[in-house]
Amino acid sequence: MSTMTYREACKQAIRQCLLEEPRAFMMGEDIGDYGGCYGVTKGLLAEFGPGRIRDAPLAESGFVGAGVGAAMGGMRPIVEIMTCNFALLALDQLINNAATLRHMSGGKVGVPLVVRMATGGGRQLAAQHSHSFEGWFAHVPGLRILVPATVTDARHMLRTALREADPVLLFEHVFLYTMEGELDDTVKAVDIDKAAIRRPGKDLSILTSGNTVWKSLEAATALASDGIDVEVVDLRVLRPLDDETIMASVKKTHRVLVVDEGWRSGGISAELFARVCEQAFDELDAAPMRVCTAEVPIPYPKHLEDAALPQPATIAAAARQVLGRSGRMPRA
Amino acid sequence: MPELTFIMPSLGADMERGRVGAWRVKAGDRIRRGQVIVDVDTDKGLIDVECFHDAVVQEILVAEGHEVPVGAPIARLQVEGATAATTTATKAAATPTAPFIPPPTPTPVRALSPLPTSALMSADDTARPLASPLAKRRARELGVDLAHVRPGPEGRITAEDVEAAAAWAARATAQTAAQTAAVPTTAVTVTAPPTPAGEAPPKDPKEAMRRAIAASMSRSKRDIPHYYLWQDVDVTDTLAWLKAENARRSLSERLLFAAVLAHAVAQTASAFPECNGTHEGGAHRPSDVVHLGFATSQRGGGLIAPAILNADGKDVGAMMMAINDLVARVRSGGLRGSEMTLGTITLSSLGDTGVDGTLPVIQPPQVAIVGVGRVVDRAIVRAGAIVVRSMVTVSVAADHRVSDGARGARFLIALDKALSTPPASASSSLAADAPPPAEARP
Amino acid sequence: MMTDPEIRAHILDAIATVVPSSRGVPLTDDVDLREELELDSMDILRVLVGVKERFGVEVPDADTSKFFRVGSALAWIKTHASSP
Repeated sequence: MSTMTYREACKQAIRQCLLEEPRAFMMGEDIGDYGGCYGVTKGLLAEFGPGRIRDAPLAESGFVGAGVGAAMGGMRPIVEIMTCNFALLALDQLINNAATLRHMSGGKVGVPLVVRMATGGGRQLAAQHSHSFEGWFAHVPGLRILVPATVTDARHMLRTALREADPVLLFEHVFLYTMEGELDDTVKAVDIDKAAIRRPGKDLSILTSGNTVWKSLEAATALASDGIDVEVVDLRVLRPLDDETIMASVKKTHRVLVVDEGWRSGGISAELFARVCEQAFDELDAAPMRVCTAEVPIPYPKHLEDAALPQPATIAAAARQVLGRSGRMPRA
Repeated sequence: MPELTFIMPSLGADMERGRVGAWRVKAGDRIRRGQVIVDVDTDKGLIDVECFHDAVVQEILVAEGHEVPVGAPIARLQVEGATAATTTATKAAATPTAPFIPPPTPTPVRALSPLPTSALMSADDTARPLASPLAKRRARELGVDLAHVRPGPEGRITAEDVEAAAAWAARATAQTAAQTAAVPTTAVTVTAPPTPAGEAPPKDPKEAMRRAIAASMSRSKRDIPHYYLWQDVDVTDTLAWLKAENARRSLSERLLFAAVLAHAVAQTASAFPECNGTHEGGAHRPSDVVHLGFATSQRGGGLIAPAILNADGKDVGAMMMAINDLVARVRSGGLRGSEMTLGTITLSSLGDTGVDGTLPVIQPPQVAIVGVGRVVDRAIVRAGAIVVRSMVTVSVAADHRVSDGARGARFLIALDKALSTPPASASSSLAADAPPPAEARP
Repeated sequence: MMTDPEIRAHILDAIATVVPSSRGVPLTDDVDLREELELDSMDILRVLVGVKERFGVEVPDADTSKFFRVGSALAWIKTHASSP
């Protein structure tokens, strides 16, 4: 085991890809001399040179389109978009091209493109830099949506993604870059198919991803002192969702709380509810609940931003409600 | 003439099933309001169940000896005269003449507990129990009718509730089998507990009663925030009155101190609604009559506290008759459903055991209980002089959700006054058909 | 005229009517029935009713305590029953 920041894990992932895969290169805004707006690519320009660490102009549609073209032409581009908020400028390339070309070409043309982007709030970056759109992108067939929450996933998901024949979007939560975590040196690769149980429990399943995995774990620790045994499921992959792991957890605990930093209406939380009802309705022993971000643009002031985002206390309160334990105690 | 379905009544807060012991009526019979129409054999006792309508029996739906869940239809009745819906809008606790008839429900009320607490239910009452999907599935698997499952605190039946009901049903069945044709010797008001899933059902009626008491008392201590008050009451004058009264009474009319106690408690409770009634579903339901639970211990263990109905309307003589009658039926069977469920306050007298006093445990869903210790001569100070007086320690445990200590104190002081003052009068005509009990302990 | 053992047998029978489980239990003259058999005031009253049925005498309230023990009960009946 070694200790590593999430940021360093992302960087080591990129390095490994560039070292192993000659067709791989990286492209994005300020990733070269500046080292990336979150510092992920610092030093990579010197190591790999401007041919493989390519600074792009402030034109998301343009450089994502270039990435799509490169992937179609046989390269393995890793495109970085500063934040998923700016990915909206590249929706045409991502959805009309990257996600669709295999279908349009009758299966002849794939787009093995990987796009990394930051997501989420909590760092006082205001409404145009703090939203969480991974749930949106998970709506689109043809894309694979990854949300690494742990250092291990940040370290290894990229490599697995780069081996995909079709486009993969990685959403790295801005709050996690500075997080330190244990990295299991014996793990050499991770899958990008399965959800992971980050904390086993028997009373309630929290389905979540990204930074709210950690907030949910904090809530679970608080609840454990009240004898409430929470299972935290890190979804990891928002598309395609790992129904098998999700439903197995629901079948174990019979109670569901979804925690999502996206907005509530039409979000991935609603999709999770729907799947649970479709596939495990008879397992539910209580109405599912969800903790999502308040339906406002993320505020800039810290106290308002904190209030808008899911927090351990609100997660714990919702968990108690699902369990009917604002009052209920387990019967003997 | 509306048709009504007579259902298996709940004869205790947690009773899940009952066996039809014997029908007292048959199809075509005309029945009078208040008439006992069926004996119900719970796994711990035989209870006479009354009907509170003038009606004609249309059809008996469950044959004698068959066990059904609480709430299952057991007979169809045709009600005579005015419709049930317009004649029965009365509070069960306040109106003992119609204790089992629910208020009319023009539309199904989802928030109400789906557990039927009444033996009569309108045939078109379609309120469906709220149950989680898992609870419904488990109910299908276990053969449990959700209409008879008591929901948890959140108001929705969960799988745990269903499993508890199933375990209870399994236990009741096992017990019925174990008891075969034996006539039950006793009946209890304490509630039938859901057996924790996985636990073997008790075969022994004594053990069943123990478990029922355990469930009821655990519920009490878990749910009811008790507060306790006590007072030494000077009963010298009252005992002198009792002695004089008994000197002129024949043996068959003789009064026991227990009757004086019961009379004093009933009279006092009628003026203190916070101490007289029930607390269910988050709300206190004060009663404007007193149905006095009379705690009766069983030799060798066990406790039952059937209610003396309308106790506040009885003088000491009538109270003694009521106690005689009640205690006799505790031993020989024949306690009525109304006596098992309508209690509004309980009296627990342990004076005969020789203890000084007791801090009693409230019987859910009641909100107060009075405990009494032994009568003992004590040296006390009166007007600056030490005198010997007959004293008894009387205690009150009351539900803090409903009343506060100051109010309970007023109740206790009023009880002190009632008990230390000789009753004004006492009737002395003992009913010939109410013989003293055989083996019973008030 | 009943002998003492006959009177005793009737007293024990009256007690056993109230407490069936006491039948066959050896009860000495001086054992306190309230402790030995857990008799309470209602039980004692019932024993007095049984005594009246068997001996034709009504025990006054003031003498109730004589029936807390078999020995004193026997003595009371010998004194008060006209033809025990």
